[in-house]
Amino acid sequence: MKSGKFAAWAAMILGVAYFLAPLIATFEFSLRMRRGEYSFDAYRVVLASGNFRDSFFYSTVLAFVTIIVGVLVVVPTAYWVQLRLPKLRGLVEFITLLPLVVPAIVLVFGYIKLYGSSSILPLTATSLGADALLMFGYVGLGLPYMYRSVETALRSIDVRTLTEAAESQGAGIFTILFHIILPNIRSGILSGAFLTFAIVIGEFTFASLLDRPAFGPYLQLIGASKAYEPSALAIIAFALTWACMGLIQLFGSGVRFSVDKP
Amino acid sequence: MTTVAAPVIRVLRFPNMAAWLGVTPFFIFAVMFLIVPTASLLVGAFQDHDGAFTLANLERLWQPSIRLSYLLSIEVSVASAFFGALIGLALAIAALRGGLPGWVRPTLMTFSGVASNFAGVPLAFAFMATLGRLGFVTILLRGVGVDLYASGFSLFTFTGLTLTYLYFQIPLMVLVIAPAIDGLKTEWSEAADILGAGRLQYWRMIVLPILWPSVLGASLLLFANAFGAIATAYALTGSFLNIVPILLYAQIRGDVLHDPNLGYALAFGMLLITGLSNVAYLYLRARSDRWLK
Amino acid sequence: MSFLALTGIRKTFGAHAVVRDFNLSVERGEFVTFLGPSGCGKTTTLRMVAGFEAPTAGEIRINGQDVTHLRPNKRAIGMVFQSYALFPNMTVAANIGFGLKVARRPAAELKARVDEMLAMIKLPQLAERYPYQLSGGQQQRVSLARALAPSPQILLLDEPLSALDARIRVSLREEIRALQRKLGITTIFVTHDQEEALSMSDRVVVMNDGAIEQVGTPSEIYNAPVSRFVASFVGTLNLLNGRIVDASSGAIDIDGQRATTARKLNGAKPGDILPMALRPEALRIGVGGDDRNTLAGVIEDVAFLGAVVRVRVRLAEAAVIIDTFNTGANDLPALGAPITVNFGRDDLIPLLAH
Repeated sequence: MKSGKFAAWAAMILGVAYFLAPLIATFEFSLRMRRGEYSFDAYRVVLASGNFRDSFFYSTVLAFVTIIVGVLVVVPTAYWVQLRLPKLRGLVEFITLLPLVVPAIVLVFGYIKLYGSSSILPLTATSLGADALLMFGYVGLGLPYMYRSVETALRSIDVRTLTEAAESQGAGIFTILFHIILPNIRSGILSGAFLTFAIVIGEFTFASLLDRPAFGPYLQLIGASKAYEPSALAIIAFALTWACMGLIQLFGSGVRFSVDKP
Repeated sequence: MTTVAAPVIRVLRFPNMAAWLGVTPFFIFAVMFLIVPTASLLVGAFQDHDGAFTLANLERLWQPSIRLSYLLSIEVSVASAFFGALIGLALAIAALRGGLPGWVRPTLMTFSGVASNFAGVPLAFAFMATLGRLGFVTILLRGVGVDLYASGFSLFTFTGLTLTYLYFQIPLMVLVIAPAIDGLKTEWSEAADILGAGRLQYWRMIVLPILWPSVLGASLLLFANAFGAIATAYALTGSFLNIVPILLYAQIRGDVLHDPNLGYALAFGMLLITGLSNVAYLYLRARSDRWLK
Repeated sequence: MSFLALTGIRKTFGAHAVVRDFNLSVERGEFVTFLGPSGCGKTTTLRMVAGFEAPTAGEIRINGQDVTHLRPNKRAIGMVFQSYALFPNMTVAANIGFGLKVARRPAAELKARVDEMLAMIKLPQLAERYPYQLSGGQQQRVSLARALAPSPQILLLDEPLSALDARIRVSLREEIRALQRKLGITTIFVTHDQEEALSMSDRVVVMNDGAIEQVGTPSEIYNAPVSRFVASFVGTLNLLNGRIVDASSGAIDIDGQRATTARKLNGAKPGDILPMALRPEALRIGVGGDDRNTLAGVIEDVAFLGAVVRVRVRLAEAAVIIDTFNTGANDLPALGAPITVNFGRDDLIPLLAH
């Protein structure tokens, strides 16, 4: 249908324009640091900054810990629910939906109320405690995606047969989980991991309210005080997100990624 | 195997015990870091300083400043959800059904995956660089004779925030509605065709009725998404635009309301709104799934 | 003049010709089946008649009018799809009435016609149900009613029974045929199932690799296949290599044994080897009379298929399958036992076209 195709192209071009404009604008702006000519000065300043390195390092480490804890929590659960406890499936899926329904700011507010300095378990009182709290918060934020990734991957392998085969060879549960199941759902785990990484790196609300030196609050601070560096940081952040998504496509093959809140 | 000292837990011999043990960490995590924190807020909303039950907090939500805050939040969320849904739907239909070359669809889907996550502080920066006073597009438009700021536009207003929110709302819509559009079988369009229907009739009598529950549901999802968002708004407008999340942020940070329980009530209100939206979304989704099975 | 005429129809996708030089005339009220394996072009040809694909070359005429480049919604054709394609947002009644609604027929006429169609497919009680509440067989009948409601001039069916259970398939095909006869509507039916094709059609078009292999009545296709493909696609078949001894008298050598065929051996020379078709049901056990052919061999396999017992007899190099009716006797022929089979001279069909 001729007119249909024309309309389709028109829509796409308008869409592309809207989405590319901020990226181009930001990139262009980030190059304007040096008067009169385009340069990567803004990037140089940012990347050389100690605060940048510290906060980025902090967030990266936190992301890794979050991913590990996330995998440790999610994989056995998905495995057992599929193998032995199918009736729990509804409840577990409901729980994995909670982080999508409860806004981050509400959740962190709950954390502060429950684990604040005047409560039974004053996690916020110590630096390590607050780090742990932040980490658990991030595990929660990434839970929907990690769980769905892992669950989809588990469903594509025959969990029961693998387990039985391993058992008949005398393997115990830990061997089965770590040496047999885990390697086979690698793509699902990687998808969840990259997405968690993307979420953690850019996250602001939790980190800010729990007062941790993460990348998100650093970004916001720079935005409030500097002119050109924020644009450079935005481009860096966008590039990072692209890289994560790209890696998901690359390694997470077979697991269809979608932000589709179920 | 015989050299292993610790007892090996046979997976399928004592099935449920091992299983229950295995899922315990998940439930401990869920209780400690998802359920109880949220519940504790909800409880706090109905308590006064001494912990007694009261509805006073909820009543005080009605005061003008807070009411205005909710109103503003709802307006921004509705606006960004409405336009996000419309534009996202158009894009999705164009890419999935518009007869475009094969590479358009995966590119759009991947980009939507990225863009829907590109929210928060970096997004605010990006839009400042685009539509701020010295922004790229602002200057471009001035070059063709359109002075945005002279006509009263500002990025740090309701309009600016909505425009910024669209950047992740539209991709989210694309991602959420794509399965529904994929579910439109080509046989339906062919059956309609051979029965004498024109293009418009096909869209009006078949596509729209089939899609509208999904579109409505997705819009609700977008609404909830916008309602709970804070990072973008904070980075963009500071505390200038007093949407509910910003109000809550200020409350958490510095008790600007001078009443912690009111803060809990604020959170309760937010949760109520996002919760209801999501429930409605799930209901509509289940309904359309049943039709299309 | 034929009601539906396809002349020189050709369809290529890129370099690949999916349909090659398709010519067919269909009389008004005829039930014609396109039969062939998947990929043979039968569905593509049907879709060209419907208007969903445009022929690369050739012409399609309906009732004298050239419709080759006419849009599907202007052709007054009804179509039943393999996947039913009922509109999920509409009730059964609304689905059936869709064609009339689109043509802006008055409401009273619409309702009357829908009721008539529902009675015709014997499902009046399902009028207000939605497609997801119906079984596959019911959905297909509704689909049929929907296609017929606007009184189209041609009915097209694209493998409508393939998605259904075997039992429903049989009853539904009888229904479709009965309906078609009653309405007298020109019909084209596409299938890969030869049983459907043979039992339902006035004529069968056997297709292979984009071209027509043979057009004929079911009886002609089955009893007088012109090529090896047609013979082997329709029904089970014995394919034997016969060496011509004497073309004029029809003397053939099969695996060292002498046989005679009553069929023409145009131009074949002594020593030529021709494939010969022999239907399993044409064979009888035992020594035949002088006017019949007799072959001797050894029983290699016996399969009990219910109504039929299928015995494979090893000659020398070749094997022959013979189908005999199940007589109810509990003992089946013994493996390894010697056996003679006989068949008529007419039953040995030389396949001159490959």
